[in-house]
Amino acid sequence: MELAVKDIAEIQVGIADYKIAREPVKLITLGLGSCVGVSLYDPVTKLGGLLHVMLPDSTQFNNVNKPAKFADLGIPLIVKEMQSKGASINRLQAKLVGGAQMFSGLDDKMTLNIGHRNADKSRDMLKKMGIRILVEEVGGNRGRTMILDTQTGQVTIRTLGNKLQVI
Amino acid sequence: MAMNKYPELSATHMDALREISNIGMGNALTSLAQLVNRRINMNVPVATFMPFEETISRVGGPEELVSCVSVRMSGEVPGLVLFLFNSESTLRLVDMLMGLELGTTSELDEIGQSAVMEVGNVLSGAFVGALYSLTSLEMRSAVPLFAYDMLGAILTSLMVASGRVEEQVLVIETSLFQEQAEANIKGHFFMLTEPGSIAKLFNALGF
Repeated sequence: MELAVKDIAEIQVGIADYKIAREPVKLITLGLGSCVGVSLYDPVTKLGGLLHVMLPDSTQFNNVNKPAKFADLGIPLIVKEMQSKGASINRLQAKLVGGAQMFSGLDDKMTLNIGHRNADKSRDMLKKMGIRILVEEVGGNRGRTMILDTQTGQVTIRTLGNKLQVI
Repeated sequence: MAMNKYPELSATHMDALREISNIGMGNALTSLAQLVNRRINMNVPVATFMPFEETISRVGGPEELVSCVSVRMSGEVPGLVLFLFNSESTLRLVDMLMGLELGTTSELDEIGQSAVMEVGNVLSGAFVGALYSLTSLEMRSAVPLFAYDMLGAILTSLMVASGRVEEQVLVIETSLFQEQAEANIKGHFFMLTEPGSIAKLFNALGF
């Protein structure tokens, strides 16, 4: 069945969650603040994955019931599932979006640095697994929506009041 | 484990929480009404436990443009107090505070931002003040933080920054409104706290 561009299905990825889909589906996660969106794409099998990370490190918590919440657990999890669906780790291309600092004003450094730490940890995990990071759009102070197009591997970023940005 | 982590909270306790927030918010609204020189009403506050993601859908869509003033509380009742206004209400608040005709402000500049921040500051100060006079517990509120952006981005970042990332959070919620529809201010108020703080509040109130 031929699909018109506007009819292509969009799958939403919730907070602390991930989704995997094959072309022509688009994966979208809304309103990334200090959270980091990690997209993974295998250009040969046209398999894409999108993960919405909230926190860098699960080892600081006793009660881990949602591994996708954390960069250190979520990234291996999504990679493994993509591999089981035919993706190859040395073809995977990663893109990172988010990790903003949403609030202006003084506060505890540790906690407000979280966007930065989310991006750092995600980068580390990907490197450790030998996955290439093609491009990043992280930091700043704006909320972002991230859309992965599994037909092309392109990621579109939406911010309020600005034009769409494609990376 | 998906179970509620606060099994000790009875219906009476929930009523008490609602009463606390009723008084606190009543106090806050009186201050706001004086500030903008208008009568402002609120819905009866609701105290509930909910997954933190749900707090977003209570207010609007994750990409909705909102202003948010949040104040961290420390002392015997650590937690987070936050006020959210949708963009239309944000701009109306600026008009009211500046004594401009409604509809004048179409963009939030720096002066507008500090005006909204001041509203949040007054509201949270009044709320914490009411809580203090009810309980005599030691409470301090920090410098307010301000953001004007996507609702989802703001709320998740706040919860992460305040350590409120467990599955369920206690949310005391109300919305503000005005009788004249054209001057309506739609706002949401949340107080996020932890089980230990709630127990202290109950003790101080004799529950």
